[in-house]
Amino acid sequence: MNKKEFLLELQKGLSCLPSKDVEERINFYSEIIDDRMEEGLTECEAVGEIGEVQDIVTQILADTPPTKLVKENVKKNRRLNPWEIVFLVLGSPIWLSLLISAFAVIFSFFVVIWSIVISLWAVEISIIASSLGVILASLLFFFQGKTLTALAVFGAGVLSLGLSIFLFFGCKAFTKGIAILTKKIALMIKKSIIGKGRA
Amino acid sequence: MDVQLKRGLLDVCVLAAIKNEDSYGYKIIKDMKPFIELSESTLYTILKRLESTNMLTVHSAEHGGRLRKYYHITKEGVRRIEDFKDEWKEIMSIYRFVVREDKTDE
Repeated sequence: MNKKEFLLELQKGLSCLPSKDVEERINFYSEIIDDRMEEGLTECEAVGEIGEVQDIVTQILADTPPTKLVKENVKKNRRLNPWEIVFLVLGSPIWLSLLISAFAVIFSFFVVIWSIVISLWAVEISIIASSLGVILASLLFFFQGKTLTALAVFGAGVLSLGLSIFLFFGCKAFTKGIAILTKKIALMIKKSIIGKGRA
Repeated sequence: MDVQLKRGLLDVCVLAAIKNEDSYGYKIIKDMKPFIELSESTLYTILKRLESTNMLTVHSAEHGGRLRKYYHITKEGVRRIEDFKDEWKEIMSIYRFVVREDKTDE
């Protein structure tokens, strides 16, 4: 196999990569083959030392992040013929509204779960604020000479402040859980869209 | 060998190959050959990664009527090699510990 054949085969094998990447790779291999020939190897020997094109292609594709491959594939499938475009436009009242409602359902699901998180934190913050308020109020009672009442109120304040610490850890864990869930669902949606693009 | 570990090691190898003077693809492979076999496609991936992390810069220069790409190490690249030397001491002490465990097993 000579250099030209080798590079052509390589180009064919890498056709699913972005064309800029392919060009750079071709230049890279071309340079190395030239350098080998400069050392005294014949063209065929130089190409032979690099290895089988198929093996190289397999390794390159394995090293390429799937998102790059997918992106190229999706772009390729986007080439629609005129009739498909006409049908897409005519059918838009149906599929567009379905698509929008699907997204609306997903969006409202996220809103619902995150509103639970927000309300939990709201409770936590209001407990902290009110217990601080109660502790301050106890000072007021103290200066009014109602020592017993002051003590009772102060105790209640400290108690609820203590409880709020426990609630804080609960809130944190819950928020984390929801964040992970959100991420997972988002990933699932992304995967399903990409999967369709490839089909 | 663990893929992640090997990748990190090869990155440093390539940096070391261009540390003293700018080098090009084939020379890097040739210089490394007595120590470690590196395929062209692996080298390409490593060079790309090192370029994107600013460990090296690329420039083309004329050579024998054609263009050849030369790779030049940056300050970050040099620092990476130095960091590696420090890390390696740690790895060696881990290794000694692992080997010691083996001996007590027997």
